[in-house]
Amino acid sequence: MKNAKTPRDLRYAQLVDRMTPNSRHLRGCVRAFWVGGLICALGQALTMLAQRLELGEVTAPMFTSCALIFLGTTLTGLGVYDRIGKYAGAGSVVPITGFANSVAAPAIEFRREGMVLGLGAKLFQIAGPVLTYGISSSILVGFVYWVAKEWLL
Amino acid sequence: MEILWDFVKAFAVGGLICALGQVLIQTTKLTNARILVLFVTAGVFLTAVGVYKPLVDFAGAGATVPLTGFGYSLAMGAIEAVNRYGLIGALSGGVTRAAAGIAAAVFFGLVNALIFKPHAKP
Repeated sequence: MKNAKTPRDLRYAQLVDRMTPNSRHLRGCVRAFWVGGLICALGQALTMLAQRLELGEVTAPMFTSCALIFLGTTLTGLGVYDRIGKYAGAGSVVPITGFANSVAAPAIEFRREGMVLGLGAKLFQIAGPVLTYGISSSILVGFVYWVAKEWLL
Repeated sequence: MEILWDFVKAFAVGGLICALGQVLIQTTKLTNARILVLFVTAGVFLTAVGVYKPLVDFAGAGATVPLTGFGYSLAMGAIEAVNRYGLIGALSGGVTRAAAGIAAAVFFGLVNALIFKPHAKP
């Protein structure tokens, strides 16, 4: 009678069902946290390197983001970034390397559809919306700031 | 020790922003593209209301490397350019400040696609 399902076993099975999705969510968050955090720590190291190279207040952040973007596109080209993405989820999407990946991945994939409407257009498949809404909202912010500065103060 | 603390702050804050993205993906089934758009615009508006600048001062790359930091550059650029050039700065400032990043993504993306062949999705 060892294999028979006792009420206790059923309750245990229900408990497992109830707990499993939560721990999967938690695991996803932990993975996103440490991979994303590591990319940011790498960015911090690059910023320190930029300061060591005596790049200015304006050029140091540019150096950091360009270096990370280069890393993101290259790892995408080598097929490594997809693997990181599969493991880390948002940990690979949210940092600027994820933006680089979103530019590089469709560019590689759609190259066979032509240099102009394939590579050239699909390069902006995800970056396009990001730039559209990012730039537009920054213009809105600038405009509201101008109105506040000119008329309210 | 100061340097180590800077790394810890960048790691923790950057990691938390990414974990927040993961929570959004898991609970709302947002696609990656929508997450990117959401984080950039969120960065713009958080900067506008003055919340994000203190976070950048505190966490350094932990706040500038996630895409909210891209929004931060856009918004700071627009605000600073309005101070300097007036209304036209609202149009020029954001892209000017983020220009290096955008240009790097386009150029490296292009060169990359010319060098590498597509991989099978893992």
